[in-house]
Amino acid sequence: MQPVSTIAGRAIPFGRKNVDTDVIIPAHWLKTTSREGLGRGAFESVRAEPGNVFDDPAYAGAPILIAGDNFGCGSSREHAAWALLDMGVRAVIAPSFSDIFSGNAFKNGILAVELPQDQVDRLLAVAATDPVYIDLAEQTVTTPFQDRFTFAIDPFRKHCLLEGLDEIGLTLASAEAIGAYEQRQAAQMPWLAQGTERAA
Amino acid sequence: MASRPRTLYEKIWDAHLVESRPDGTAILYIDRHLIHEVTSPQAFDGLRAAGRPVRRPDLTLAVPDHNLPTTPRLDAAGRLLPIADAESAAQLAALEQNTADFGIRYIPATAREQGIVHVVGPEQGFSLPGATIVCGDSHTSAHGGIGALAFGIGTSEVEHVLATQTLQLRPSRTMAVEVAGALGPGVTPKDLVLHIIGVLGTAGGTGHVIEFRGPVFEAMSVEGRLTVCNMSIEAGARAGLIAPDETVFAWLKGRPYAPQGDEWDRAMAWWRTLASDRGAQFDAVVRIDAATVEPTVTWGTSPEDVAPITGTVPDPARFADPAKQEAARKSLDYMGLAPGTPLAAIPVENVFIGSCTNSRIEDFRAAAAILRGRHKAANVRWAIAVPGSGLVKAQAEAEGLDAIFTAAGFEWREPGCSACLAMNPDKVPPGERCASTSNRNFVGRQGPGARTHLMSPAMAAAAAVTGRLTDVRELTG
Repeated sequence: MQPVSTIAGRAIPFGRKNVDTDVIIPAHWLKTTSREGLGRGAFESVRAEPGNVFDDPAYAGAPILIAGDNFGCGSSREHAAWALLDMGVRAVIAPSFSDIFSGNAFKNGILAVELPQDQVDRLLAVAATDPVYIDLAEQTVTTPFQDRFTFAIDPFRKHCLLEGLDEIGLTLASAEAIGAYEQRQAAQMPWLAQGTERAA
Repeated sequence: MASRPRTLYEKIWDAHLVESRPDGTAILYIDRHLIHEVTSPQAFDGLRAAGRPVRRPDLTLAVPDHNLPTTPRLDAAGRLLPIADAESAAQLAALEQNTADFGIRYIPATAREQGIVHVVGPEQGFSLPGATIVCGDSHTSAHGGIGALAFGIGTSEVEHVLATQTLQLRPSRTMAVEVAGALGPGVTPKDLVLHIIGVLGTAGGTGHVIEFRGPVFEAMSVEGRLTVCNMSIEAGARAGLIAPDETVFAWLKGRPYAPQGDEWDRAMAWWRTLASDRGAQFDAVVRIDAATVEPTVTWGTSPEDVAPITGTVPDPARFADPAKQEAARKSLDYMGLAPGTPLAAIPVENVFIGSCTNSRIEDFRAAAAILRGRHKAANVRWAIAVPGSGLVKAQAEAEGLDAIFTAAGFEWREPGCSACLAMNPDKVPPGERCASTSNRNFVGRQGPGARTHLMSPAMAAAAAVTGRLTDVRELTG
């Protein structure tokens, strides 16, 4: 994963609540074995609406997306994060995110920035004309108009993002503890330690 | 040290803790990993790129479901017919190849055991009470119905579990949904869970694991419990749980991957401890009176947009929250509905009975009980019944249910995810309505422009008979 520190540029003022991952990327785009190229299918149903923000040339390649509450609800498809990346989105700002989407975003180096609705509303207004800046180390979102909003982030996730750490590599550093757990489980709960080996 | 009272979730969490870190993150052991064709290929590619093996192929089980057409799939010799869609065929082939390369048990599309991953796991006894279960699919929450801690993960996490058999997690908050009383006639687990989602909202459970508690769940079949927990995710919850009991144990005993002999007895001894302790604290408690739940349908494009079938399409202006007003207006525009329309007056052209929410034997029995001796209405163009697995299909056929469906004008299909999510050939045409037993009524979920009304299998059968959304109690007298 590439390290993430600052993200600056135009922000797509989408603002909609309860955006589900079927809206971010419909299922018929999921028949791929690659992570690439999903930007073409991103927000397909929204793009069918005349005057939608995604087809506004002012926001072409914008690195930030601003949305409403509960962004990324529904399906666990990581294709939603891949589609955003493929569009060029590196951060999403919203009042809240679904649990699974926020994990998927993190694992792809997309910042999921939670801010209260009134601050999101202010950023939606700014985004109509001006860029937005996100500084992960400082945990701030700022604008050219002296707005300065701070956001919370899990310290572990922040560390991984800033350093570009591979989570699997981090976990494998605990391989000994995992092996010890497996030995305990095989002794104490052997029925769990046996999976598909049981039935032949 | 006297141990403090713990919730069921905390007990399962504690039993799977590999390592806790000072910052609050933990490494949690995963007992069972289910995989399917859609969310796994990129994970296997990641393993190959990093030169990593699968740590516990024996704790991993693969089955194709999302992409498989549900039309007849075998030729006269029992071989799989070619799959017309090239991308689907490639994705299915990748699952078969990846599982072969990494030594993972694979249930092929030609096997009787094939089916929707969340039907197959419990049915095979691979999913067990007290186990941690994950799958790259949000409806993994279903397995909570047998008392497992089960949740959906993304593809990066699929790769993480394949490589390490663990996940890095923070503990979730806990929510108790306490349901008092008993469900009325014609009211099913699906109606109850739709009602609960209406109460909680689609984000009401975010950050939480829900434990469903009360006599309703104790009296509920395993199939019903799987339906309820399946839709926990539609309230935003990571997982849903129901304490396992004798009903679950009897249901699991003798299944292919379930423990046997002494191990079964040892497992039972532990399973019987798997209930929240008296005095255990939940972070949130929601109370619901079962007597207030009626046969329930959705009217909008979010699973929280529910109403009793006796009600009307709501007026967006009457929602307190301006954002909800705007969302409801957009929903009604998409759904082609006017405020005040009686729900029971809404005509449907399509009926889908299936999906990981409602494709178990009890669901087909309930639908068949309504369809017996009746036929779908003339305006219902397409009605399909799609069993959740080959074993459910065989059981239904042994009971003669398939004949009831076909006599009623339904197509009786092969197992798969089918019209739940529009990534295989089963789709609802633009602008048409579908009475559907699936789990999501999102914009475009059943096909671009498709209009979904979620409901129980009996209600979907009733809609097929009358050609409009219908209170099933009218047909059962």
